[in-house]
Amino acid sequence: MRRSLVMIAAVLSAMAAVPAAAQVEVDVTGGVSAPQPIAIPVMPTNSPVGTAAGSTDALGRQVSEVIANDLRNSGLFTPIDANRMRPVRFDEVTQPDYPYWGGTGAQTLVQGFVRANGDGSLTVGCYVYDVFARTELARQGFVVQPDSWRRAAHKCADSVYSRLTGEGPYFDSRVVYVSETGPKNNRTKQLAIMDQDGANHRFLTSGQNIVLTPRFSPNEQQIVYMSYAEDRPRIYTLQVGTGRQRLVVEGASLSFAPRFSPDGRFILFSMAQGGNTDLYRVSASGGRPQRLTNSPGIDTGGSYSPDGSRIVFESDRSGGQQLYVMNADGSNQQRISFGGGRYGTPVWSPRGDLIAFTKIGGGFRIGVMNASGGGERLLTNAWQDEQPTWAPNGRVLMFFRTAQGSGRASVHSVDLTGRVERRIATPRDGSDPSWGPLLP
Amino acid sequence: MNKAIMMVSALSLVTVAGCARRAPEQLPPPPATTAPETGYDTGAGTGQTGTTVVPGSQADFLQSVNADRVLFATDSSDIDSQARSILDSQAQWLARYPNVRITIEGHADERGTREYNLALGDRRATAASNYLQAQGVSASRINVISYGKERPEATGSDEGAWAQNRRAVTVTVGN
Repeated sequence: MRRSLVMIAAVLSAMAAVPAAAQVEVDVTGGVSAPQPIAIPVMPTNSPVGTAAGSTDALGRQVSEVIANDLRNSGLFTPIDANRMRPVRFDEVTQPDYPYWGGTGAQTLVQGFVRANGDGSLTVGCYVYDVFARTELARQGFVVQPDSWRRAAHKCADSVYSRLTGEGPYFDSRVVYVSETGPKNNRTKQLAIMDQDGANHRFLTSGQNIVLTPRFSPNEQQIVYMSYAEDRPRIYTLQVGTGRQRLVVEGASLSFAPRFSPDGRFILFSMAQGGNTDLYRVSASGGRPQRLTNSPGIDTGGSYSPDGSRIVFESDRSGGQQLYVMNADGSNQQRISFGGGRYGTPVWSPRGDLIAFTKIGGGFRIGVMNASGGGERLLTNAWQDEQPTWAPNGRVLMFFRTAQGSGRASVHSVDLTGRVERRIATPRDGSDPSWGPLLP
Repeated sequence: MNKAIMMVSALSLVTVAGCARRAPEQLPPPPATTAPETGYDTGAGTGQTGTTVVPGSQADFLQSVNADRVLFATDSSDIDSQARSILDSQAQWLARYPNVRITIEGHADERGTREYNLALGDRRATAASNYLQAQGVSASRINVISYGKERPEATGSDEGAWAQNRRAVTVTVGN
């Protein structure tokens, strides 16, 4: 994939007509000098048909908008303005008018169609073309129920993103987070779930109890989180489909900082007993917790490596919070953070290569380091940025930002270059985001 | 917690000024934006008539002890000499009312990460609990709960506010 990308860049640079600024390499780690111009015209329909989600010609416009929004938000692409593109005919979808699209300045063309099927479903066709090389790069069709039309759009955007960057997809995914409202000393907190782009927002809890740190199960059907229900802060799971909640660890002890293992069989968490906090794991179906650490001090913030063989966590055993890696059974604990200041909230990249963290010193900043330690890079710089969570492709992070004074929190994303940072719109204030896996 | 504040505020309307709550001397003045003070009057009438304070009640506790809370240094759960004298006064009061149970609420300031602060709040509440137990208060009478940085007392983002928020607050239960 990456090789074909290099080939595209080579072709582009050989063409004298291409302005210098447009000769970009879409490389999500090295940074982009300028986003690549891309044309995503309204998707035509073979015949306008009414569906539960509106008529197919209206959906064609909405699908192209969602695709353009995803690609724009990645920071790697600049969609051509909709007013500067002529409509595409249905029979033109597989026969792109390369001279016309070349005139718009677009390097890549994404066109497709929306078709209503006899069984009530929709097919969204998605075609990706290299405007300069005049070749088809990818084509895919997505069959969805009308109310899931946005997922087809995200899948199409993922197809474009993956084909042009060589990186894994991430747009067709969801985020669970804590929606916040009320005065700083008495915030009301509710679990809420939304698509990665903020659409399809839904509250999962009422706000009666303080809820914190929700995290998805690997199959995305469950959320593990901490709640102050019955004035006992403990870990619960919630079934996303049914809303059913279940206490994970019985007893009066404070249990918190939960996270699923990559295979979904275990929940890693912290428990405080006698003022000492250690890491434990418990079967996701319940039972007796197994203790993994046994140091005087606070061991918390555990996160598994993607293969489940190791765990990164934070501990103040040496004084301030620092990051440690150990085997999944608790053996061979090694410190990996050695920069100035303190480190907390480590989370292992789904690609396995990096560990994201909150750097504490003065303010809070989001950073990444190699999984073996070293190679530290800080990606954000505000008063308090906390608790990173990885996109499914391990190339973008979400986190929450707290404002000095007011304490109001908001959800943001940043890419691994640190240059593409933006706020994720939420109906109220937001904190503790957790990015779910790519949807099937 | 809020209930405790409500009762204190309500009482201060009907009891001698200055008796309601004696904060530790090093407490800085509260910032301009403190907890909302509205609505406390509405709770004043319930269960309290005239200047009568029920012995063994939360109101009695607040009037009798040096303070209902102890404060901590940054990232610390050490009980200093001032905290010891406060907890001594709480232990003495609790010895007079052996049927009273308490919850100790541990808190942290906003400069720590959320999960670490939950553990830190627990460590602080436990430190206060351990001290009270050493003074003869039975462990079975004490419940600890950590609020991390979720329920600040002072809402500013400054040293004075943070100092007030690093606390363990004793609240009587079931009176």
